[in-house]
Formats: sequence, structure tokens, C-alpha cells
Amino acid sequence: MCLAIPGKVLEIETNSEGVRMGRAHFGGVVKQVCLEYTPEVKTGDFVLVHVGFALSKVDEEEAARTYQLLEEMKQLGELDVPEIEPAYATQSEGPP
Amino acid sequence: MKYLDEYRSEDLAKKIVAEIRRTVKRPWVLMEVCGGQTHTIVKYGIDRLLPEGVELVHGPGCPVCVTSLEMIDKAHAIARRPGVIFCSFGDMLRVPGSDADLLIMKSRGADIRVVYSPIDCLKIARANPAKQVVFFAIGFETTAPANAMAVWQARQQGIKNFSILVSHVLVPPAMASILQSPLNRVQGFLGPGHVCTVMGYHEYEPIAARFHVPIVITGFEPLDLLQGTLMTLQQLESGRADVENQYPRVVKREGNRVAQELMKQVFEVCDRKWRGVGLIPQSGYRLRKEFCAYDAEQLFDVRQIDTQEPAICISGLVLQGVKKPHDCPAFGKQCTPDHPLGATMVSAEGACAAYFAYGRHLQSLKPVQPQVVEAVPA
Repeated sequence: MCLAIPGKVLEIETNSEGVRMGRAHFGGVVKQVCLEYTPEVKTGDFVLVHVGFALSKVDEEEAARTYQLLEEMKQLGELDVPEIEPAYATQSEGPP
Repeated sequence: MKYLDEYRSEDLAKKIVAEIRRTVKRPWVLMEVCGGQTHTIVKYGIDRLLPEGVELVHGPGCPVCVTSLEMIDKAHAIARRPGVIFCSFGDMLRVPGSDADLLIMKSRGADIRVVYSPIDCLKIARANPAKQVVFFAIGFETTAPANAMAVWQARQQGIKNFSILVSHVLVPPAMASILQSPLNRVQGFLGPGHVCTVMGYHEYEPIAARFHVPIVITGFEPLDLLQGTLMTLQQLESGRADVENQYPRVVKREGNRVAQELMKQVFEVCDRKWRGVGLIPQSGYRLRKEFCAYDAEQLFDVRQIDTQEPAICISGLVLQGVKKPHDCPAFGKQCTPDHPLGATMVSAEGACAAYFAYGRHLQSLKPVQPQVVEAVPA
């Protein structure tokens, strides 16, 4: 229900009711998005969208920083990689 | 897809799991607050990658699940009226009330429509001036800006035949309620990333301090959840109880101030009944007096409906992290997504429904030990 997904803003306009709207691209689907709550957003930005409303701009720098942090952990973890146990990899088996 | 695929890397997930295993020295119980997080955890089997002794219990953060039976009965009473177009998010259609669900009522002739956004209801209202258009405004703080804007715009545009049935719920009072319970097991929280996108996370700081629990505001992709788990465990192992933000790409400490401002003008905090849990003081929103012309509960006078929850399922205990879906004798037997008995089975994001969708009703309670399988030459 609190599902919100990032989409790329393709264009911004003010509609006939004076509401700041835009069209955003979500992995192949283009939808109308209300941009009233994200006045700072420009065409080409990524926004996080929930029930047709952009709730925040996706911060590219922070996204890169989080990913970088995880990548660095990857180097630390190289020596001790747990295997994902095969019994958990599939969920089709019933109890014995 | 940008900002989704990057956070689903199996290779990176393994490294975070390794780091979690290095970090953990003692058993811990963590709760993920949001139903969306529960869904990802069960879908990707994240709970089963964690070391023995680290348990994830599933929180109350599914608004469809926690919308009280009483409120659903009120929705049904309104939807049944002639001249009403009743609009709802699709998730609410199959949620059973005392005697039916909205889908059954639609099949019996009620004008019930699924909308993607509450703002779509304004178009429906303009196109049907002789009808009353009512929107079932459920949700956490994440959804409140959209519902507030629908009401605000209705007033701006002079739309008189639109109203909302408000059943908004708030996360921090529910977390405090869980922590105050004598049955509480939760020692740390993966906080609700999208709720905090709107509200920020400063209001979680007093909870972390008062109950001495770490709260890590966490996203919804597998790597987000693993990193959030790691950050919470690092705090627990070092004796800290801070609010941290795993999800800074969208969450800022102050949240979305523009949205908060409009929400404050349209809504005020009130007591709210939660399905499976009961009344939690100051845990919901209702419309302010200035917007009472848009309050469906008053317009249709359904305030007297007072339904009690049947005591047939343990969803209240599941929502508070005290029990797991498996602990219920009805789970996967009398209670399935097609015939849900209670809150946590009614929506795909409920813990019981997520367990059912990913086949856990077919599996034994304890994790299956991996078996050594000899390699067969191709």
C-alpha cells in the first residue's frame, strides 16, 4: 500500500485547474504525476511516486553513496561469503 | 530500471549477509514496520539468510490490513446507497466486512470503482454531477498528502458532490503501543521508508530514546532491507539506540515540508481503531472542521455503526510481532487469501498473505536444513 516507485520526469505543465502536473516514465509505462509537493523537481529528475503523487526527488548523489558503501563492503566480505542454502532457494518442497 | 535494479544484486546481498554474520554475537528480534517491506523479505527469503537467532517479526504497517472492520462496514453502508459512486484503491475491494466485500457488492449492482489516485475521483465527480462520489481514504502518512490534496482541490474547484471516508493511521503511535505491550519482543526496528519520505524521521527520535530501541529508516528493495538489518544489528551489538537513515536517496530528516503543510491544514490527529489491535490513542487523522463538508462519515451519518472484531484469529498478535503466521492453526487451512479470517490475510502485504503467496504454508515451521546433494555429471 505504501508502495512508491521511482520514475523519470519527462515533462512538466500546469493544468487547467492550476495544478503542477507532469508525465513520468516507469520502466516502460508513462503516467501522469502530480508534482505539487515537489516544486524543486525539473524535467529529467527521478521522483518517488505514490498513488499518482511525487513525494520526493530521488537524490542521485545519495543513491550513489549508498551503493558505493555496499560495494566497499563487498571488498571486505570477499573472504567470507555464505552460500545461499539450496533448501531456501526453491520454495516448492513441502514438509517431509 | 534506475534505482530499483541496482538494489537487487545477489552478489552484493551475499556480502551484506556475510557482514551481518560477522556482526551478530547474540540473538535479536527485529521488526520491519511496513507491509511492503514484509512482502520483499518473504519474497526474497531475506529472513532465511540471517544467522540463527536473528528473527524478523512483521509489523502493523499494512493500512489495508489494519483498517477496522467497523470502518469497512461504514464504507459498505455508504457504497450500498443509491446515487453513490464509491471509489477505492483496488486493495480494499476484497477485504471482507461483516457480511460482504466491495467486489461482491459491485456484482450486486453497487457503483464501485477502482481508482489509481484519489485525484481521479474529482474527474468522476465532475462527470457525474447528479451522483455523490465517495473515496475510501485509507493509508498511512505516505498516502495522506494525496488524500489531503483531493479534498483541497475539491474545495478550490468548487466540487460539491465529492467526499472522503477517512481511515488514516499513523506509524509512531503504533510503534510506541507495540513497545509498551507486556508481550513485546521487539528490540529494534526497520523503520518505514516511505512514511518518512513524507514525515521525516525526527518524530522517531523520542521513541528510540524513551524505549532504548534502535530505529533504522529503511527502503524497500532487498539490499535496502539487508543493509537496514545490518545497521540495526550493529547498533544493538554496540548498545546504541539511535535513529539512523538507510534510505537517504529519498528520505530527509525533515521529510517533505510542502506536503506536511497541506496535510496539517486538512487533517487533525485523532484516536483510531486498528483491525486486530483495537483503539490506539492519537493514532489517526480525521478531517478538520473546516473540511466537514467533505467528510463522508458525517454526510451519510454512518457514525453510529460500531462493529466488534470477531476473536477468531491471531492477527492482532501477528501485527504486534508476538506471533508468526505459522503459529495460527487456521493459517493456510480455514484462512487463505480467498477466504481470509483476519487482518493479516486480507491484503497481499499482510504477513499471513505474504507467507501464503510464497508457499510457506507448505513448509515446516523450522527452516529446512540444507541437504548434501552429490553432483550428478551432466
